[in-house]
Amino acid sequence: MLDVRGIKKVYESKDRTVEAVRDLTFTLQAGELACLVGPSGCGKTTLLKIMSGLLEPTSGEVLLEGKRVEGPPPGMAVVFQEYGRSLFPWMTVRENVELPLKQKKLAAARRTELVEESLAAVGLAEAHAAYPWQLSGGMQQRVAIARAVAYEPHVLLMDEPFAAVDAQTRADLEDLIRDLWHKFQVTTLFVTHDIDEAVYLGQRVLILSNSPTVIRDDLAVDLPDQRDQLTTRSSPRFAELRARVYEQIHRAKTPAAEPVGAGATALPTSADHGSTEF
Amino acid sequence: MTGVLRRLGLALGLPIVLLAAWWFASANSTDFFFPPLSEILQSLVEEWFGPRLAADVVPSVLRLAAGYALAVVVSISLGVLIGTSRTVRGLLEPVLEFFRAIPPPVLVPIFMLLFGIGDGMKVVVIAFGCMWPILLNTVEGVRAVDTVLSDTARTYGITGAARLRTLVLPAASPQIFAGLRQGLSVAIILMVISELFAASNGLGFAVVQAQRSFAIAETWAGMLMLGLLGFLLALLFRVVENRQLRWYHGLRRAQRSS
Amino acid sequence: MSGPPAVVSPAGSPPVSDTSAALPRAPRRRSVPQVVLGLLGLLALVALVEILPRIGVLPHEYFPTSSEIGSALVELVGQSTFWTAVLDTLQGWALGLAIAAVAGVVLGILIGSSRITRELTASTIEFLRPIPSVALIPIAVLLFGTEIESKLLLVVYASFWQVLIQVLYGVQDIDPVAQDTARAYGLGRWARVRYLTWPTALPYVMTGLRLAAAVALILAVTSELVIGNPGLGKLLGTAQSSGAIAPTYAIVVVTGILGVLVNLVFRAIERRALSWHPSQRGELPA
Repeated sequence: MLDVRGIKKVYESKDRTVEAVRDLTFTLQAGELACLVGPSGCGKTTLLKIMSGLLEPTSGEVLLEGKRVEGPPPGMAVVFQEYGRSLFPWMTVRENVELPLKQKKLAAARRTELVEESLAAVGLAEAHAAYPWQLSGGMQQRVAIARAVAYEPHVLLMDEPFAAVDAQTRADLEDLIRDLWHKFQVTTLFVTHDIDEAVYLGQRVLILSNSPTVIRDDLAVDLPDQRDQLTTRSSPRFAELRARVYEQIHRAKTPAAEPVGAGATALPTSADHGSTEF
Repeated sequence: MTGVLRRLGLALGLPIVLLAAWWFASANSTDFFFPPLSEILQSLVEEWFGPRLAADVVPSVLRLAAGYALAVVVSISLGVLIGTSRTVRGLLEPVLEFFRAIPPPVLVPIFMLLFGIGDGMKVVVIAFGCMWPILLNTVEGVRAVDTVLSDTARTYGITGAARLRTLVLPAASPQIFAGLRQGLSVAIILMVISELFAASNGLGFAVVQAQRSFAIAETWAGMLMLGLLGFLLALLFRVVENRQLRWYHGLRRAQRSS
Repeated sequence: MSGPPAVVSPAGSPPVSDTSAALPRAPRRRSVPQVVLGLLGLLALVALVEILPRIGVLPHEYFPTSSEIGSALVELVGQSTFWTAVLDTLQGWALGLAIAAVAGVVLGILIGSSRITRELTASTIEFLRPIPSVALIPIAVLLFGTEIESKLLLVVYASFWQVLIQVLYGVQDIDPVAQDTARAYGLGRWARVRYLTWPTALPYVMTGLRLAAAVALILAVTSELVIGNPGLGKLLGTAQSSGAIAPTYAIVVVTGILGVLVNLVFRAIERRALSWHPSQRGELPA
């Protein structure tokens, strides 16, 4: 479905070179809900931009349904962290959701149907005529999610979408993501730095190392399919999985404590040395 | 109700006091340069809202409208082109800054050389003079389109003309309007100036005629007329701007209160 | 009082920030520094003005070439009348700007610090501000002829509003919490102006000054050109009416250079005076 093969990204500026992503390879199966978790500043956003065709990798390639991604592919929707900046402030909620559908040249009736369905699905059936900035942060992010869902993407990428909302809203939005995923069966990659969130949401958690980034672990989450904030999060299995992810991330952050399996990086600026250990 | 009355009182209070003061202070004025306000108002009504309205005011306003419209179209199109490319922007910005820094009225003598003294010259002077603030603000607005918004548009395949219409122009519109507002005041100034040099009609021409023939009340009345025109155009501008930028003002309020 | 765009400077600060790019940009090609590009652009302009009249694309009798403008400029610079004119223009500009600045700041703080005075004057200001300054030309001529006062009248009128409006915005920008704090600690009226109003309004004052400086120069030259006060504008008028085409262009270039210099200087002052101020650290929309 979505293949990421040997992605490497090196940023070069006049006086320094930063290897943001070293070598990333993984595959998403159709209909999967996977979470990508890693320490802050580990190149998650870079990776996501490469996957969505917004950024060229230095080497490697991304394949969506067997086709190489060069520029944003039509079957993909992205939800960004900065909801306040990803909605068009001069358009109403309805217009925001409808715009990509117009661009897809869908008939008006079909557009209306999709807009209403997706706004209802995110619990904003009443907010069609409002402007995004009249809504709370959580509601704005719901609009962005509705826009992505209405687009009927084959793959949905989410870049730390809840990092800027408060805890209660965040829990609601997490459940919303699970619901939407059940309902629309979209292949979803959810990027986060929050370990609990990753374990709670995903069928699978991909753990990234510190920059320059590689995959440290690929963990199947064997929690029951119906999850809820209270029972799932207090289950022993959740705690185990969470501990395992935490341990990996913690080790990623303190490379000294680890049996180094990687060659020293060519990076003069980064104190952290990555590891190729899986 | 009392709220409305209070607002009305506050809005009209000072102007009424000032006008009354002018009225009474000048009522028995024998000073040649400061005729009684009653005479000025009489001249305003009889002359400026009389025969001169069609003969002088309308031609001025038409030239102003033509020049301003030309400047708006040219500057916004050029501004989008220049603002989109980093290289073009780098090449042209100092040149544009230089043209903007030239006091527009000094171009009148040059444009008289090039375009003669007809309506065409005046329209070109107005357009050329007021295009720089519009152009530079458009460039700046287009340049500063939010990166996340721009990425969002790209991921949804919004490119080309749709991108211009739904993303670039609206995003730059607060800046563009700031430029349009500056451009409008420059345009009014140039409307008057271009008529001072070579004209057979127009507000600027008529006011200076009045002054040269020492028709003092008419001169004052002509100045009031110019003031009135400036005020009305600013009001019209504000109405349009408030409509177009309602989202922006709302957004700003929301950001400030959060 | 109209919305925020009125405070946007001519160069303008972007209404929405774009600070997301914390990462260095991916280098697709070695990018040429903006300064070099800018110089190239200016050189291209000079080259075009040299070539186009020569090959007849622009009528040479009205469009002197760069080299002709250049030599006219050199000749001008050698004449004392030119420098007298420059000084005359700058004198009117500086004096007018100073008067407008003081009047704008004082009145702005007086009007702005109380709600009643703000509301009382709002309609009057909104009416007077858009009155084009050139409307005053006839009366300036009648009253003062070509004396410096007529120039000052125009310069002061035009630039006064730029300062006043900005100061009014600035004074309203005072943090209510800081206001209450100051009251709670028993700061008197004067102390509040000194320690609260003034520092808050300062960035706005600086913006107002920069805008006013540009407007003042325009009006100084305009007044000289139209009314005939001594200065660059008058020099230009004389050159044009005597058919000295190249000197006419040369003087236009000089006014442009003056305008650029005024802009640069006031932008630098604005930046320097405010480097400590929170407004310069960027007001990020949440």
